[in-house]
Amino acid sequence: MMDTLAMGGYGAYVWSSFALMFIVMVACVGQARGRQRRVYQDIEKRLRAMEASK
Amino acid sequence: MWNFIQKLGSPPHFYGLAAKMIPWFAISGLLLIAYGTIAGLFFAPPDSKQGDAFRIIYAHVPAAYLSMMAYTIMAVTAGIGLIWRMKLAHAVAAAAAPLGAWFTFLALATGSIWGRPMWGTWWEWGDPRLTSELIMLFLYFGYMSLRAAIDDTAKADKASAVLVLVGAVNVPIIHFSVEWWSSLHQGPTLIKKGGPSIDAAMLYPLLGIILGFTLFFGALLLARIRTEVLHRERRTRWVRNMILGEST
Repeated sequence: MMDTLAMGGYGAYVWSSFALMFIVMVACVGQARGRQRRVYQDIEKRLRAMEASK
Repeated sequence: MWNFIQKLGSPPHFYGLAAKMIPWFAISGLLLIAYGTIAGLFFAPPDSKQGDAFRIIYAHVPAAYLSMMAYTIMAVTAGIGLIWRMKLAHAVAAAAAPLGAWFTFLALATGSIWGRPMWGTWWEWGDPRLTSELIMLFLYFGYMSLRAAIDDTAKADKASAVLVLVGAVNVPIIHFSVEWWSSLHQGPTLIKKGGPSIDAAMLYPLLGIILGFTLFFGALLLARIRTEVLHRERRTRWVRNMILGEST
């Protein structure tokens, strides 16, 4: 177990690379979802305001 | 087939179809990424020269490949958008940019982390592979800033498409840089004459993770195109009906 974590002395390099990979994956998903929600809510707000002013 | 393409070009149809496809791309992509990561980290044998540090390629190669793939998609769709004035093509280019930037960043960062123990340096200024990849990151930033600076979508589409096409010359430069000039970066492992030069126990996890990231990227790209389409169609009847839930 410790041998695996140590990665032959390269542990810090290997694990930080995969941590970054994971962070980028999460960031990509989070950004895409956030933008979709913002765009949708902006349109909804505008449409509701138009409905109310009718 | 033509009927299918025409339907795909219809925004409401695409918006609904993409929503159904995204989970399939995402789930199959994540499963393959999980396989590639676990097999690459724990089951592939250490490299004879690089030891366990070689495992960084399982994070680095898919990122580097997608960084160029995203730019190629942008160049092709921006070109189609300019020539045939297809709005959906411009939407695809705009959707791919932030993803390309993220994967370029990941390729540079993991390459740098690998370079420290292997080359003895985090970064080498003037190295053709490293420099051309960094230029691509700036091209992505330039593209996104240009789009953000122009309010009119049609004008932003045109101006940013020209930028992408001019910068496209950088993609083959990145790919062939290790052959044209002397570079610290090692030569190609997978795409070369005589087939891949890598042991099967190392190769399959790599192919798995590359395919997995391609599918994962596909899911993200579809999601982002969907948002682009929604934004561009914000004043249409179908968006109004969908959001207000009315059938009129």
